[in-house]
Formats: sequence, structure tokens, C-alpha cells
Amino acid sequence: MKSNSLSSFDEMIDENGNVRPAYAGYRQWYDEQNPRWMGQQGKQAESFFRRTGITFNVYGEDAGQERLIPFDMIPRIITRDEWTKLSRGIEQRVRAINAFLHDLYHKREIIKAGKVPERVLAGNAAYLPQMVGFTPPGGVYTHIVGIDLVRTGADDFMVLEDNARTPSGVSYMLENRETMMAMFPELFSRVAVQPVSDYPRALARSLAACAPPACDGSGRPTVAVLTPGIYNSAYFEHAFLADQMGAQLVESSDLRVVDGRVCMRTTRGWKAIDVLYRRVDDDYLDPLSFNPDSMLGVAGIMDVYRAGGITIANAPGTGIADDKAIYSFMPEIVEFYTGEKPILKNVPTWRCAEKDSLAYVLDHLPELVVKEVHGSGGYGMLIGPTSSKGEIAAFEKKLRAKPENYIAQPTLSLSTVPIFTKAGLAPRHVDLRPFVLVSPNGINITPGGLTRVALKKGSLVVNSSQGGGTKDSWVLAE
Amino acid sequence: MMLGRSAWGVFWMSRYLERAENTARMLDAGFRMALTRGHSAAGDEWRSVMITLGLDDDYAGKGGEYTGPVVTNYVLRSPENPISVLAMVENARTNARMVRTAITREVWEATNESWMIIRDVLARPVKEADLGTVLDAIRRQSTLVRGAIEGTMLRNDIFNFARIGCHIERADNTARILDVKYHVLLPSLAWVGSRLDNAQWEMVLRSVAGERAFRWLNAGALDPRGIAEFLILDQRFPRSLAFCYNKLASNMASLARAYEMEMPSHLLLREAGQRLAKSDIGHIFEDGLHEFITDFVTGNRRIADAIAADYRFSE
Repeated sequence: MKSNSLSSFDEMIDENGNVRPAYAGYRQWYDEQNPRWMGQQGKQAESFFRRTGITFNVYGEDAGQERLIPFDMIPRIITRDEWTKLSRGIEQRVRAINAFLHDLYHKREIIKAGKVPERVLAGNAAYLPQMVGFTPPGGVYTHIVGIDLVRTGADDFMVLEDNARTPSGVSYMLENRETMMAMFPELFSRVAVQPVSDYPRALARSLAACAPPACDGSGRPTVAVLTPGIYNSAYFEHAFLADQMGAQLVESSDLRVVDGRVCMRTTRGWKAIDVLYRRVDDDYLDPLSFNPDSMLGVAGIMDVYRAGGITIANAPGTGIADDKAIYSFMPEIVEFYTGEKPILKNVPTWRCAEKDSLAYVLDHLPELVVKEVHGSGGYGMLIGPTSSKGEIAAFEKKLRAKPENYIAQPTLSLSTVPIFTKAGLAPRHVDLRPFVLVSPNGINITPGGLTRVALKKGSLVVNSSQGGGTKDSWVLAE
Repeated sequence: MMLGRSAWGVFWMSRYLERAENTARMLDAGFRMALTRGHSAAGDEWRSVMITLGLDDDYAGKGGEYTGPVVTNYVLRSPENPISVLAMVENARTNARMVRTAITREVWEATNESWMIIRDVLARPVKEADLGTVLDAIRRQSTLVRGAIEGTMLRNDIFNFARIGCHIERADNTARILDVKYHVLLPSLAWVGSRLDNAQWEMVLRSVAGERAFRWLNAGALDPRGIAEFLILDQRFPRSLAFCYNKLASNMASLARAYEMEMPSHLLLREAGQRLAKSDIGHIFEDGLHEFITDFVTGNRRIADAIAADYRFSE
């Protein structure tokens, strides 16, 4: 997908060619550096990532291959004031998401009030009947949330997507900063940046604060990270987080229900887990409750969960809140539960399930982005402006056959941040995923997040599986 | 607290690295031996290397050739050999990745880097002229990982399982060399003192990196009984059976202390240790060196299995 770069908001340079305040300190430092030396540093970063094993696995072709997510060493910078406003908006949205989930699995007042139609729940696989009437420990549904933001102007940040299931990428946020500090230590003494390194401790605290009733309260709750295993694309991150939290990294084959608790097989026998930070989908959690064909999962974990024997983070069934069919209702959802206007805007969205919207979408396919309601990772979507007539016609067929499976959005002109190239700095489109922790003690947002950047000139696709890279994301301290 | 699967992972990570290193030594010794002998005798030598490595049934079945370049490439990197050195290093790295949270960053990076380096040197067939460099690289990488374990890991159960894996494997490897070469160490009227004997004895020592130490201890003299004693009973030599079992005893004792409990594997190990301690080389030769070694290898495997069961390596 290409955009006209002229119309995009450049985060470093304003329309008169001047450096914006956010980048003033950095740019001054950058201009003093020798570009050749900078280039060498970039290569060093890559060998550092390889040696430390910061890789992700790719499915499909070359199965089992480990790749690096390209890292660009020019930071993405946000001012303190911009961040303050953003974090207020994020906090409001995350509170609303948790209230919405509780409501959906209990009284369903928002549906009774006619703000969200019942049809988006009916037959939606992300809505779990097993969760109806049950409140997770501490009342928290989404312990960890990643909110995908895009920027289209000086004051225009919009939410592109809420990730309320098992958002990934936080290890890149942390390692990118470590790498930057190792490569350019003096830079951080020149520009004051808010630290991100507290995230693992905050995560551990946040999870421990949601211990289940069965946790005996003597000492710290036992936390474990559940990974699908070393061949999962995000395995590095699972191991990284477990390591940083001092938690056990378990696979489902390590787990079993013993005496009403979910236990892990240790060298000394079965040991109960209090809080399970699972990085597997709902479907692979419990073969008895969800997917009987799955070899993965812990038979009976849902019964233990409902009896207060374990906390599962995020709670099963949170996927209904980040479903693309729900997304378009987020402004109403925020207002319904907080009584306030949403601070962060949604991207305008047409729900193809609605007749008028479908008609509009069909008329404007060449200029719209059409997404599958249940798709993710940039797959299964139509990007009108870069698609051929044939592709559009083929997609139109699918859309007409099952309009309720699709939503459509205008092609956004994402903001740009420069990347380092052999020819100097060059603007590329970016998004931002801040990470949010929710516990009964409050909401914690790490200043910064993961900036994904489309490395190809003009491209708007930032997904790492499709040629995207990452950047260190700074929130200035002053 | 440690997962049974993690104990299994560090145990095998260590075993694979140890085996990769010992395999490199075997090849080095075989290579030197073959160089000093005629063409047909070199073939016998390579066959005995393959038997020692436990690869010969498979290799002979495939009709493999017993010449240096073919054997060394099969052992080092052939995709047809499921336990090539390359596969061992890959397995070690996969295990390290699986137990990433149980090992230090240094140990992980050393293991990961070893894999990257060995993968690169073994990316193409190894030419005879490069063999020395390649074998050196394999030994050096194994040493680096061991150094990282020694220098950075907490002395807890994780460390103990890593060391136990290392010494179980090392004892097995030394015993296998003795098992294949025991006949050259037996008294033989016809061969005693011949140059061939000397070369064979030197090969045995060289394959466990013991030639220098032995010469130093014995003022340069080589005698088969002394070599057997050195490899089996000398507690100062880090690749002897006695040394490995002393280490095993101390790592297992640490586990028992930390867990406040002894398991059946402790009993098995103690019995085997006592048998070794009571042995002297005269009795071993009288009762049969071959029988002694065969029993040892079987007992060693039984101890490894008992440890895996006692500490719940798998369900």
C-alpha cells in the first residue's frame, strides 16, 4: 500500500523544514555524528541481536527458520505533553474494555441499552459461554493490553486496534532500548528519556496482585508463563519475560490438574501455580472446554479457574473486546461505561453487516481498506489503492457472499519518522503499540511502547511478518 | 524450584556439548593414527573410530567408505547421520533455548554462538587440510560454554544437573574408547613394545586428551596397564572414570542436600562409586578388562535413567 508522502505528518520535520521540538535534542546530537560510524553501529546491533537470540520464527516457508526483526536506530520521539494526553486516553479506553467484558459476561446492560447489537455476540467464537456469570480474581479481565495507535496529524492519534488477548512485542520495546543505550550511551545523557526497564517488575507485581482465592497467601504467589514452545514465533519473548520476572516458563506438557490446582511438574514433584500468564490462545487452553482435538492445553484448567484455583491472564474470552466487529462500537462503549467522551478517536469504520454501509463500501472499494473481522497480522485484507482491478473484483465477490465478515476503513495517511539509510535519513510510516498493565491496584502504562515501521518507501504495512521493522520509542522526560 | 523438563534440558545440553567435544578428540586421534599407518591399516583405524562413536552399524549398513575425508565428514556434518557433531551442537542449542530461563545470559549466548560458529565451519565439506582448524573450533566452543557455566551459574540444582549430564557423558565416552581398544591394552606376547603398540597406546591417550599428562606422570614411558589404570582409576585425570564418578557423587550430594532427600539414583551411584574405589588395576585385568568396561557402561546408563526418573525429567 502506498501513500502520498506529501500528505503524511512528518514527526521530525515540520512543513517549513524545521525540526519539531520533540526531535530538537536528538537531531542536534545526530548532526554531530559521522554517518559512516552510525552505519557501523547499525551492523553491530544486528550481530548483537543474533548473538542474544532475539529472533522470531516464521511459519510456512522455511518453517523453523529464525529471523531478525529489522531494527532501525533512529528513535521515535514523543513529547511529555503528547504522552500525558495519550496515556489518559489509553487508560480511559482500557477501563472501558474491562467494564465492557464484565458486563458482557454478566448483565449485558450495554446490549439492553441498545448501544451494541446482540448479533455481534451471537455465533462469535471469541465470546465464551464458559465465562458467563464468572468474575476473574480481582475483577481483571485484561491484565495486559496493547493499544495500536496511528498518528495522522500534530494532535491526531487514533486507535487502530485494541489487543486484549495476548499482545506481543513488549520484549522488543525493552531490548530496543537496551541496544540503543549500549550503542549510544552519551546520547542518553544529552536527551532525558523516560525509562521503560521497569516493565517486567511492574508485570510481575500486577500479576501477583491478581492471585486467586486458593493462593494460600504465605509468601509471593507463584507465577508461570505458559508458552506453546520453542517453535512459536514469539518464543523469545515468552522466555525473556519469564526470565525477567523470575517466573517459570512452562509448556502445557508440564502442567496437570492435581487436587483441584493446576500444577507444574518440578524436579521435586507437582507444585501449584497461582497465576498463569498464558501466551496461548483460548482454543489451546483446555481440551475439555474448548478444542477436544487439541493435543495442547491442560485438561480441566477451566474448572479449576472457575473454582478459584488459578488466575489466567488474560482471562479467557477477552477476545470479544478486540474483535474487529466490536471495534467500531468502541466510542459508544467508552462513553457507556465511563460517562465521558472518548479521548482517543477511532478510525472511521463501516460495518459491512449493515446494508447502507455495505453499499457505500462496494461503491468505494478502490479507496478503502477492507479487513476480515476475525483476521490479524495484515492477512486477508484488501488495500484498495494498491490493488489491481482483478484483485478488487475477486475481493468484492467474497465481500458480497459474507458481508458480516468484513469492516472497511479509509486508507489512512500514517505519520512518518525517519529511518537510517545509506543515503541519510528517509521518512517511513510508523504506528505505535503502548503496553498497559491492569491490576486491582490500578493501571500502569509504560512510557513509550513498540514503534513498528514500514521499511519500504511509501509502504503502510508495518507488520514484522511483512517487511516491517521496529524502533526504540522515546517519551521525553521534560 | 525447577521444572523436570528444564532439568532434562540442561542435562542434555551438557551431554551433547560434551559428546561433541569428545567426538572431535576421537577424530583428531583417528586422523593422526591413520596418517602414521599404511592405507589398509588406516581403514581399520577409521572403522574402530566409528565403532567407538557408536556409528558403525549404521555406516557399514549404508556401505560407507573407511577413508579419512569420508568418515570425518560423515561424523561431523552428514545429514544422513542423525548424531553428527553439527546435529549435537544444534541439539545442545535447542535444549538451551528450551531452558533459556534456567541458564544465565552468558551460558545461552555462548551456546548460541557456538552453534552459529560450528554451523558456519561445517556449512561445506571439510577438507583434510582444514580438519585441524575445524576440530579446534569444536573443542574451543565446548570449552567456552563450560567456562560460562562455571563462571556465571548459581550453584543450585540447575548447575548440578548440567554438571551431572557432563560427567555421565564423559564417563561413557572414556569407557567406550576403552571398550573398543581394550585388546591393545591387554598383555600380548607378540606385540609387546612394538612401534605399532606404542602408536595404538598413544592414540588411546590422545583421544581423551591424556597423552601429555600421562607422559608427564610417567617420565615419558608408555605401558598399557598404566594407561588403563590412568583412564579408569586416576582421580587426578579429568576424563578418567574415577574422576567423573567423584564429580557425580559430589553433584548428586548437593542435590540431596538441597532437596533434603535421597532417591534411588543416589544408591545406584554410591554402589558404582564404591566398586570403582575398591578396584585396583591388577584385579581388573585378572577379572577381565572387557567385562569390567561392559559392566561399567551398562551401570552408567542405568544411573542416567534413574536420575531422569527420580527428578521427573518427563512424565
